[in-house]
Amino acid sequence: MTITEKILARASGKQKLSPGDVVFAKVDKVMMHDVSGPGVIKVFSEWEKKGKKLERIWNPDRVWVTEDHFVPAADRVSAENIITLSNFTKKYGINRHFKYGLGQYGICHTLSHEEAMVLPGEVYVGGDSHTNTTGAMGTFAAGLGHTDVAYVLMNGQIWFRVPETMFFKIEGNKPDYIMAKDIILKIIGDIGTDGANYKAMQFAGNVVNGLTMEERLTLTNMTTEAGAKNGIIEPDETTFAYLRERTDAKYSPVHGDSNAEYSEVFTYEMDKMEPTIAKPFSPGNISVARELQGTELDKAYIGSCTGAKLEDLREAAKILKGKKVKIRTEVLPAAQSIYMKALKEGLITIFMEAGAIVGPPTCGACCGAHMGVLGKGEVCISTTNRNFPGRMGHVESQTYLASPIVVAASAVTGKITDPRDVRQ
Amino acid sequence: MNKTLKGKVHKYDRDNIDTDVIIPGPYLKIHDHKELAKHAMEGIDPKFPEKVSQGDFLVAGNNFGCGSSREHAPIALSQTGIKAILSPSFARIFYRNAVDGGYLLPIEIDESTVEKISDRDELEIDLSQNRITNLTKKEQYSMKPFPELIAKIVEAGGLMNFKPGSA
Repeated sequence: MTITEKILARASGKQKLSPGDVVFAKVDKVMMHDVSGPGVIKVFSEWEKKGKKLERIWNPDRVWVTEDHFVPAADRVSAENIITLSNFTKKYGINRHFKYGLGQYGICHTLSHEEAMVLPGEVYVGGDSHTNTTGAMGTFAAGLGHTDVAYVLMNGQIWFRVPETMFFKIEGNKPDYIMAKDIILKIIGDIGTDGANYKAMQFAGNVVNGLTMEERLTLTNMTTEAGAKNGIIEPDETTFAYLRERTDAKYSPVHGDSNAEYSEVFTYEMDKMEPTIAKPFSPGNISVARELQGTELDKAYIGSCTGAKLEDLREAAKILKGKKVKIRTEVLPAAQSIYMKALKEGLITIFMEAGAIVGPPTCGACCGAHMGVLGKGEVCISTTNRNFPGRMGHVESQTYLASPIVVAASAVTGKITDPRDVRQ
Repeated sequence: MNKTLKGKVHKYDRDNIDTDVIIPGPYLKIHDHKELAKHAMEGIDPKFPEKVSQGDFLVAGNNFGCGSSREHAPIALSQTGIKAILSPSFARIFYRNAVDGGYLLPIEIDESTVEKISDRDELEIDLSQNRITNLTKKEQYSMKPFPELIAKIVEAGGLMNFKPGSA
C-alpha cells in the first residue's frame, strides 16, 4: 500500500485498502478559519432547526481555529464573523484558537506546520481547499466544506474514497534561482488543472529529499490546483528535525510499502528547469520567465501560504537587497512568528528600504478579500496559488503566478523578469 | 429527494468554471443563503440569478467547481433555484459539498451529451432510471449512476441524516 492508503487503512480499522474503496476514517485533527468557521456554525444552526442540536464537540482538543482571511477585521461583517467564531470556540471549549493581535496567528496552512498542529501519520481535514499543504509532513491532509467539517466536529470521522496515487519522482540537480514553486507550476502545466482530480499526488526523488520542510510544503500546497484530494511526501529526518524544534508531542509516522502500486509514475529531471510562471487565468497556463520577459506589471505581491514562508521571504530579500522596486510591492508574511523571524534577520528592513509595504499576516488579496485587491485592468505578479478571473480583485485584472525569486526580480524592473538577469 | 426532476437548462459551455466566478472572494464573509444567491455566477454572468426559475438545471463543461472549498458555491447556486448541475466532471470538494449539504445534484454526463443540450432546453431527469429526456429536442441521454455511498447520502437528503461508519 502507498503511504496514503496505509494512513487511511489505520484510521478506518482496515487491514488493506485499495483505490476506489470508500471508508469512514477517524480524524486526528480538524481546522476551521474565519470564513469556513462561521459557515460551519451556520450549518449547525440549520441542523438545529431540523432537530439535531450540537450538544458538544466530539473532541475539542483535536480542533483548532485561526483567523486569517478577513483579518485584521476588514469591515463590520468580517468583525461579526470573528465574534461569532470566538463565541463558538469559547462555548465548546476549543482552546487552540489563534487570534490576531493576541500573539501567534497567521494563515491556517502555515500554522499547521509552524506550530506543529498536525503530525506525521495523522488524518487531518480543514475547511479550506489548501489543507493539502500539510501533507508534506507525511500526513493525509484534505480540504472539506462546511457540512463535512460540521459532521467531523460532531462525529470525529468522515467518508473518503481512497484515492489512486500519482507518483512524481524529481531527480537531478536543482539549478540556482529555481524553487519548489517552479517545480509544482511545471507539473500542473503538464497534467492540467484537473489532472489529479480525486487522486493523491506523492512527491519523491533526490531533489525532494534535499528540499527543506518549507519548500516541500510549496509542492503539496499547490496539488489543490491540479484537483488532487491530497498531496503527500514520506516523512524523513528533515520532517522529524523540523518537528523537534516545535513540539514534544508523540506521533507514529507511516511509510508506504516498497511494492506500493501507483496509478502513474512521472519522472522530472531538474537540470534544465527554468523559472516558471502561470499566466492568467489558470494555474495550468504555464510559460517560462524568459518567454514573458518585458510584460508590463502594475504590482508585485509576496504573500500567502504558498509564497510567504520564512524561506520565501529570504529568497525575495536576496534579490531586493540594496535595490528599489519600480512597481507597488506588498509583502505579507504568512504568520506572526515568521514576521518576527524576518524582522530579526533584517529582511523587513530590506523590503522597506526597497520601497515595499510590509503588512500583517492575512490571506488578504490572495483571495481578493482585502489589503491590496486589484482594480480593473491591473496586472500583478504574485507568489500565491490561483489566478482565476477576479481571484485577486476585479474580474478584468490579471495575475501571473511565480516563485518569490521571480516576483522580487520583476518588482525591481517593473516587468516580468528572469531572475538570472537581475542578481549580481 | 424527488426521483424525477424537470426544469429548464442554463448552459455555460466552458471547462473549469471555478469557485471564484461562481461566488467571488469578497462574498465569502456572507453566510446568509438568500444574500449569497444574488451573487451566484457573478464572475461569468451577473444576470444569472434573474434567469433561473425553481427546479432549473445548469449544464457546463469539464471540472465544474474547481478551486476553493467554499460551500458558498453550491449554496448560492441552489438558492437561485438550480436543482442539478450536469457536467462531464466535477472538482472533488464542490461535488462533496453539493451532495453532503443536500443542496443540489452533481450529475455526470458524457461530453457528447453536453454538446447535444442547448441553452433553454427543457429536461426531465429520471434518477431511478439514470435517464435524461430532452423534452424540447425529443432526445434521450444517459447519466452516470451515482456511486453507492453517494446514492445513499442523496437518498438521506444530506450527510446530516447519515450515520458514520455506514459506508
